[in-house]
Amino acid sequence: MMDLRELYQDIILDHGRHPRNFRKIEHPTHLAHGHNPLCGDRVTVYLSLDGDRIADVAFQGRGCAISTAAASLMTEILQGKTVEEARALFAQFRARVTGAEPAALPEPLAEEAERLEPLTGVKAYPARVKCATLSWHALEAALKSDGAGATVKTEW
Amino acid sequence: MTTATLRSVHPGPGRFDPRALRREFPIFANNPGLVFLDSGASAQKPRAVIDRIADYYRTDYANVHRGVYRLSARSTQLFEEAREKVQHFLNAADPREIVFVRSTTEAINLVAQSWGPAFLKPGDEVLVSVLEHHSNIVPWQLLRDRIGIRLVVAPIDATGGLDLAGFEARLSPRTRLVAMTHLANATGAVVPVATIVQMAHKRGAKVLIDGSQAAPRLPVDVQALGCDFYALTGHKAYGPTGIGVLYGRYDLLSAMPPWQGGGEMILHVTFDKSEYQDPPHRFEAGTPDISGAIGLGAAIDFIEELGRDNFLEHEEALTGYGVDRLSRIGGLKLLGAGQRRLGILSFDMDGVHPHDIAQVLDQRHVAVRAGHHCAQPLMEWFGLSGTTRASLGVYNDERDIDELAAAIEAAREMFGR
Repeated sequence: MMDLRELYQDIILDHGRHPRNFRKIEHPTHLAHGHNPLCGDRVTVYLSLDGDRIADVAFQGRGCAISTAAASLMTEILQGKTVEEARALFAQFRARVTGAEPAALPEPLAEEAERLEPLTGVKAYPARVKCATLSWHALEAALKSDGAGATVKTEW
Repeated sequence: MTTATLRSVHPGPGRFDPRALRREFPIFANNPGLVFLDSGASAQKPRAVIDRIADYYRTDYANVHRGVYRLSARSTQLFEEAREKVQHFLNAADPREIVFVRSTTEAINLVAQSWGPAFLKPGDEVLVSVLEHHSNIVPWQLLRDRIGIRLVVAPIDATGGLDLAGFEARLSPRTRLVAMTHLANATGAVVPVATIVQMAHKRGAKVLIDGSQAAPRLPVDVQALGCDFYALTGHKAYGPTGIGVLYGRYDLLSAMPPWQGGGEMILHVTFDKSEYQDPPHRFEAGTPDISGAIGLGAAIDFIEELGRDNFLEHEEALTGYGVDRLSRIGGLKLLGAGQRRLGILSFDMDGVHPHDIAQVLDQRHVAVRAGHHCAQPLMEWFGLSGTTRASLGVYNDERDIDELAAAIEAAREMFGR
């Protein structure tokens, strides 16, 4: 078994304790609720799009250190990105945490994606993968929704 | 288990050596250092149960209630002997009151789907409590949606125990069934079911008790309790998975229609009409889990040989030690369990998520359950999304609790703000 500190790196513990963008956006253009039925954790992701660009993204909810840190890091790196870039970052991140072959990202994005590296420790703990991806699934559902709000459950 | 081995681990009344008893559970030899504190989810299996199932397949296996040949007759006899073991385990009056099912969940669904539509009318009430596992909530919601009964919920008090006055106040002339846990899986609260039965019967309501957690921990006497139905599962009682039991009073069972059709449950079939068997076979359509029933019988033998009073004494002492030990951890709050807590220590730790605690515990080979424990209404009552739960078994001792406490302290250090 790997050292637990590879799962709970300092950056995770820090974002878990002090999540960034942990707030509500008053008039979001898109929002979605994420729910992990296994543990009862819930996250709400708020998005404010300006055309195709993410003007603001924030979240609220209750979760473990991994899911809180994952949501926090997600909102940090997505500020100012386009929807297409957000989707590419999620696809790459999902591949990395599930042990699949990640697609290559264009250079500036690849650098941003590196900030998610501390979360990839979940690979060794299959039960925790959905903690790391819950907020991303909610983001994807929010982007698909018409702005009225959607709910997404992590698959078992 | 031979009597000789048993004597070495259980030399006399009230003396119980869980550490030595561990040798009877092969899982511990195969997982050195394992601190198993999740028996409330499923208990580990003694060698006697594992071997009995293997022996049955090796030497006595054939389908039951079918063949004229001797092997089938022997298999049938073993299966029906297992039923008698369960009868004695619950002190039921008659083996025909014991129906083999898959699980506690299936036992409750059987009552909801067979007894429910046959005896309940729209507006009739089924009374449960806030303490219930989802398996004693959802079957009644399905019945509500099907035939229009009302689901009424008895509250708990500030200590986490069933609020008896609140319960009594919710018994109405329309209450037809009280369906309640004997021991709450999420908190360890023991419910005074004998009192519940008396109160319910006085109002003419029947009582179903969910004994999933209680059966492996408390001596159960369905005749003394006077309950109408009692449900339990084998795998929490050191038996195999896939086998459970519904006890039902014979007059009730014999008035109930079948709930699944097929072989085994019929007397005579034509395309116009079928005649059904008497209980319990009426409710056992298809080839049953024969080895599961025989394995459960072996688990009951194991429990009875060690002595159910000794089981209870062991769990009570260890529960007390656990409460004392965990209460000394800063920021840790045990969920209230009313006047009597048994076998389950469920807690919230300020600022640390149960899954993070469980992860650190697992690193130290301490196995616990984290989450809502299939009791979301109860979690909501406590204002929590989940807890970390340690549940005890016959193989646990104070050293396990000490390991648990040390691991919790490590988690607190890692995640504390």
